[in-house]
Amino acid sequence: MVAKNNSNKCAYCGACVGICPVAAIVLKDTRIFIDEKKCISCGSCVKICPVGAMSLEIKKK
Amino acid sequence: MTGKEIVYDVIIAGAGPAGLAAGIELAKGKANVLILDRKQEIGCPKRCAEGLSNSWFNIMKLTPNPEWAVQKIKGAVLWAPNGKSVKMKDKKELGYVLERKMFEKHLAIEAAKLGAKILLKHQIIEAKRENGIVTLKVEVHDHVEEFKAKMVIACDGIDSLVARMLGLNTANNLKDTDSGYQYEMTNISGYDEDCLHMYFGNEVAPRGYIWIFPKRDGTANVGIGIGAYVSAETKINAKGYLDRWIEKQPGLKDGSIIEVNAGGIPVGGFLEKMDADNLLVAGDAGHMVDPIHGGGIGIAMEGGRLAAQVALKAVKANDYTSKTLGTYTKEWFTLRGNKLKTRLKSRHLLEHLSDDDFNYLAESITMDEALKIGNGSLSKSEKVMLFTIKLIKRPKLIAIMKKFFV
Repeated sequence: MVAKNNSNKCAYCGACVGICPVAAIVLKDTRIFIDEKKCISCGSCVKICPVGAMSLEIKKK
Repeated sequence: MTGKEIVYDVIIAGAGPAGLAAGIELAKGKANVLILDRKQEIGCPKRCAEGLSNSWFNIMKLTPNPEWAVQKIKGAVLWAPNGKSVKMKDKKELGYVLERKMFEKHLAIEAAKLGAKILLKHQIIEAKRENGIVTLKVEVHDHVEEFKAKMVIACDGIDSLVARMLGLNTANNLKDTDSGYQYEMTNISGYDEDCLHMYFGNEVAPRGYIWIFPKRDGTANVGIGIGAYVSAETKINAKGYLDRWIEKQPGLKDGSIIEVNAGGIPVGGFLEKMDADNLLVAGDAGHMVDPIHGGGIGIAMEGGRLAAQVALKAVKANDYTSKTLGTYTKEWFTLRGNKLKTRLKSRHLLEHLSDDDFNYLAESITMDEALKIGNGSLSKSEKVMLFTIKLIKRPKLIAIMKKFFV
């Protein structure tokens, strides 16, 4: 599983960036970038997101 | 000349309240300071509420200016889940609701006039120390530039990565972080415009509250902060809680939304270590937030200013190691640590209040008593007496009221 961001829902507040224990998420202006190699699928970003823009999805190979 | 050739004394990451207060202080001290921000507009998007009490105006030597201090606040109304309220109102103003974009631009202009350099749309993507100098790789439009400084003050918010890049972990954890969501609404009614309004209850805002911070003429900042772990349990996020509450408010449901903001709020107390070689941390990045109400504008500015004062000592001594910078965390905890401890305790107590407790509180304190509690006409012992008599059946409420109002 890997964290995914739905940019339609995202309010680009950066809460997910601050909660990510492995610094896998970066907010650049109005876009969220997720380093899938770093992501440990902990789901913290899903839980903190105020707008439900984060989810854990099956990693595509 | 590009950024490459200059070695700044201090680069500040983030042009929010903490970074700008630091920039002002450093520029006053004649340091060579650069403020970088990834955003394309100062103060936008803002994060959450906009209240600033008079004590912060005094601490930061700010004079309220109607351009950015848009609404005088004379009190607060606490709303229990059953609709009863406790109003505490004073005759004179206790603080202001800010127009934060204007406020931060005002700070930025002051910093720039004093000699700080500010650059926007500059995204720091890498930071490393080499021979006592910090080199930042910064994305600027379509290319990457290098900036060098003797030290960095990380004021880059809850999503701070700069300190983490330099080996100081500023990450939050779910237990200590609130999930916030907020609208600016207009054409709304049904609340006192010179009071802050806070709505409590486990159905309304579990482990937090919904607020209305009025901004004159039927416009207000309407938002929510809830414990992130609660929203994970109930599967309703902050937006969900706020929307369903607004829908039930006759004065709000037909209003228009003219701004949407969100944010995480680090409410678990300050970061234990906020300094390292060539690095200080301030503001949300250092978790400088009041653990009870989640406010952080004033405290971030105070933190930024202290960081700058310590940085000026480093500039003067030409020593940017933790030998000089290492006093910062200690000084901060001396300044704010004790207050934080009691506030954290109160937060813990508050988190254990049931809806029934909130209702009981609102029913037990009369308007007249609330007024006296709020306006300072009761002495400490009179307040304790009042709370004890009124709330004798709920000792934890006595403890909370004492923490808040005595």
